[in-house]
Amino acid sequence: MALESEYSPDADKIMSVSLGPQHPGAGHFRIRLWLDGDYVVRSEPDPGYVHRGEEKMGEYRNYIQNVPHLERPVILDSSNILFPYALGVDELMNSKIPPRGQYLRVIMSEINRIISHMYFLAIQGYFMGHTTMITWCMGDRDFWIDLGERIGGARVTFAYIIPGGVRNDIPTFAIEKGLKTCDWFDKRMDEYEKIFFNNPMVHQRSDNIGYLSRDDAVVYGATGTVARASSLTFDVRKDEPYSSYEDFEFKTPVLNQGDSWARAYVALLDMREAVKIIRQALKKLPQGSVRLKLGPQPRVPAGEVYARTEAARGEMSYHIISDGSPRPYRLKIGVPSTKNLRILPHLLKGVHVADIPVIYWGLNYWPVENDR
Amino acid sequence: MKESRLKVSTSPTHIKEVSLFARDTLGFDHISTVSGVDWIAKSQLEVEYFVGSTTPGQEDFILAISELVARENPVVPTLIEVWRGVEYHERETHEMFGINFQGHPNQSHILLPEDWNDLPPLRKDYVSPGR
Repeated sequence: MALESEYSPDADKIMSVSLGPQHPGAGHFRIRLWLDGDYVVRSEPDPGYVHRGEEKMGEYRNYIQNVPHLERPVILDSSNILFPYALGVDELMNSKIPPRGQYLRVIMSEINRIISHMYFLAIQGYFMGHTTMITWCMGDRDFWIDLGERIGGARVTFAYIIPGGVRNDIPTFAIEKGLKTCDWFDKRMDEYEKIFFNNPMVHQRSDNIGYLSRDDAVVYGATGTVARASSLTFDVRKDEPYSSYEDFEFKTPVLNQGDSWARAYVALLDMREAVKIIRQALKKLPQGSVRLKLGPQPRVPAGEVYARTEAARGEMSYHIISDGSPRPYRLKIGVPSTKNLRILPHLLKGVHVADIPVIYWGLNYWPVENDR
Repeated sequence: MKESRLKVSTSPTHIKEVSLFARDTLGFDHISTVSGVDWIAKSQLEVEYFVGSTTPGQEDFILAISELVARENPVVPTLIEVWRGVEYHERETHEMFGINFQGHPNQSHILLPEDWNDLPPLRKDYVSPGR
């Protein structure tokens, strides 16, 4: 009763609350919320808890030494964060990558796309209250990590895509293993569709939640799954084919619902296309060498380059400036998480507190990637 | 540079006009990223906006609009009114290079600690601890 008498609906109606950074869902990331009862009036993302100065670090190391630390910001999408870096350095050095190397880059990039999306779906399922999703997705993700390990030799952080090609050739048994994994995963995704995406409970918790229109997606610079769930056809693999992507048949999945359900479902459709690409690439893998011999300290001519690829979360881009010295003069990493972050306060306006986790994770945001 | 890249160099006084022309007439409506460069030998800072397009047929194109500004007390206009999405990119460029974006609603630290009391870290005269 005492509490009730102290409560005055007008004076302190707006309450400011901190969500994170220790919250199990937010993870190294804080959202400042201003609430009116259960409704979000205003919100402000507060990243930066895991900033490591990757860009400054890049200026102290040469082009090969930069490979292992650059994939640390997003270890679950490790090949895709290295891919544009390798493309950028290749462009500066004017090197032509052997076809086998290009195909292997594509295979590893698509394997990482699946690994990353599986993690995304696992946690999104958890936030929707569907605990089967976290166990299935996390379990099945391991088969793809195993495949990556058989190709690259390391687990999770493969450091496979390097300037000049890929680090090593694919062993023959990994090709068979890869094709088997693709067949198995195709069937598995049918089950996912039945149990998760056609599930009324999942629909109830994500339909029309966090709606983003196509116009807003353009204005805020949305990329990746967020853009494609809001009927914005945006896929660097199609728009600006790199590394032989033009050789493969695949579609860019686009949905027009623009809500949290679409943002999760588009990830599944992305994985279907990724499986298609991996299968084609494994089947028609060209013969020959997989990389150029660059040496431990390659000479990179002076120049400026802007390289981009389609990572699991969206457009990953690098702005590299070389002054002809062994180290980059400037190394800017344009990560998709940063590009999508501005959408969060826009989507959170006026929603219930209970919907925040689904909207937040639906943006496929990875705090460490944003903080770099 | 590739064929699908174009860099336009302009000045802080004209960048808004150039950007509006790029957005409204040329169809570059989708911000990709904003980068800064410290040209310490020339005592200048550079801000570069990398803009893509959602117009069919030119999706592969990236337009880089750059401006140079003196290293001491650098002030440039914000382009939030042109591309809404540059807000956090400009905030990051502000704290990493010490460039003041005039008209920006919030230039508090985004990646650095709130109590950061040193040179902007991506300037060339800032030396990382232990180096």
